[in-house]
Amino acid sequence: MWSRSEAHMIRVQNLVKTFGDFTAVKDISFEVAQGEIFAFLGPNGAGKTTTIKMLTTLLRPTSGAIELDGLDPTVKQKEARQRFGIVFQDPSLDQEQTAWENMDLHGVLYHVPRKVRTERSERLLKLFELWDRKDSYVKTFSGGMKRRLEIARGFLHTPKILFLDEPTLGLDPQSRNLLWNHVKHLNETENTTVFLTTHYMDEADKVAHRIAIMDHGKIVAQGTSAELKDQTESESLEGAFLALTGSSLRDESADAKAGLRQMAQMWRR
Amino acid sequence: MGAIYILWLRELKRYVRSRVQIVVSLGQPCLYLLALGFGLGPVFQKAGLGSYLQFMAPGVIGMTVLFSSVFSGIAMLWDRQFGFLKETLVAPVSRMQIMIGRTLGGATVAVLQGTLILIVCLVAGFRPHSWLAIPAAFLFVMLIAIVFAALGTAIGSVIKDMQGFQLVMNFMVLPIFFLSGALYPLANLGVVLTFITRLDPLTYGVDGLRGALIDHWHFLPAVNAGVLGTIALVFLSLGAYLFSKIEA
Repeated sequence: MWSRSEAHMIRVQNLVKTFGDFTAVKDISFEVAQGEIFAFLGPNGAGKTTTIKMLTTLLRPTSGAIELDGLDPTVKQKEARQRFGIVFQDPSLDQEQTAWENMDLHGVLYHVPRKVRTERSERLLKLFELWDRKDSYVKTFSGGMKRRLEIARGFLHTPKILFLDEPTLGLDPQSRNLLWNHVKHLNETENTTVFLTTHYMDEADKVAHRIAIMDHGKIVAQGTSAELKDQTESESLEGAFLALTGSSLRDESADAKAGLRQMAQMWRR
Repeated sequence: MGAIYILWLRELKRYVRSRVQIVVSLGQPCLYLLALGFGLGPVFQKAGLGSYLQFMAPGVIGMTVLFSSVFSGIAMLWDRQFGFLKETLVAPVSRMQIMIGRTLGGATVAVLQGTLILIVCLVAGFRPHSWLAIPAAFLFVMLIAIVFAALGTAIGSVIKDMQGFQLVMNFMVLPIFFLSGALYPLANLGVVLTFITRLDPLTYGVDGLRGALIDHWHFLPAVNAGVLGTIALVFLSLGAYLFSKIEA
């Protein structure tokens, strides 16, 4: 039975995901309060992306319960999807359309009325410093600009929760800094809950209110950055992380996706 | 509804904006027209069957529509991981609407390609038996486009990498083209080929197109339209089902 559910945007209880005889997510539980920025840290193959996919209706859990803003996303898919936005690890923009068109398309798919769509698109594009390029094709954008556009787009339908899967991977420090400033601004002004996965310790440290560290499909620790450092008697979050997950390398096996990703990187501007 | 429209529109925008792509994709049919049309022309004439250019032009139009529609469905493979498809899969829109918008968009683009090739054929010397034939021809072009756009969507929902794409192109699409009577008459073929060509949906499309344009029918018009219509419904259902099963 859930305890008083006021103000908890995300609740996960005993979540499990198995693929055949491999268990990617082994019975994890956590809660995220409304307006919180929550980071999932973990090495490669820890199960972060699998978890986020389950939270965003892209994968069905093997067992366990998920509640997003009081809704079960496996049952009320459309309503749940209306309330969250997601920025994937790999770009999901339409390269052959302009920034504005991408925003507009998203707005139509998320049932944002035309007037609101136009006003909010303008506001977000200006906030993320893309307004002067609104009529340029996305394929002409740099990596940082594309990311900013994706995140701007994610906010368009005023989601209650924004999921960010490794949002700053591959970006230079200036872009990363800019991006987080804007995300934090929107988090504060619109009370959007932000759930992110990342490798970048310093970002998680600076940006997240609370952090969960995941390894081998389990959550090994959760709490604020200060709590985690105390718990492991480390000076930095990175130290805490390494203490909790060990220093051995994690080699993911290459799959078809990795192959496609490599090809895309070859052809990227 | 808005979702279907905007996804359909998206396919069209992509097509219209890719000038180079349009020219390139017209190259292959032109090559067939020139090389085979004029090359095999004398032999065909000698065999007493008239102008080969007249005969094969509908086949070439059918080929263009086939390739264009299947390709638009298969291009979904790329879109799945690196493009817009993921955005649509996670949006509060039903899979059915997304699939219909995309498939109709792909079919529309294929029809546009077919029209362009028709113009090229006209330039090359092809003449329909009556200009009133054009609307009927369009009907068959649309049917072919829908059948193969749906098939493309079905395949695109299932294949996961570039190897799959190559397999499909070489072992499905090319045989469909070559075994359809696009390039040779369906009459007087041996038993085996007669049987195989009847299994090929494109056969009925090309025959319908050829019948409409130069009044050279092998099957009855109603048979062609009926078979294509039925197959279209089957493929659309298959495409919708497989598309709904995609786990991004």
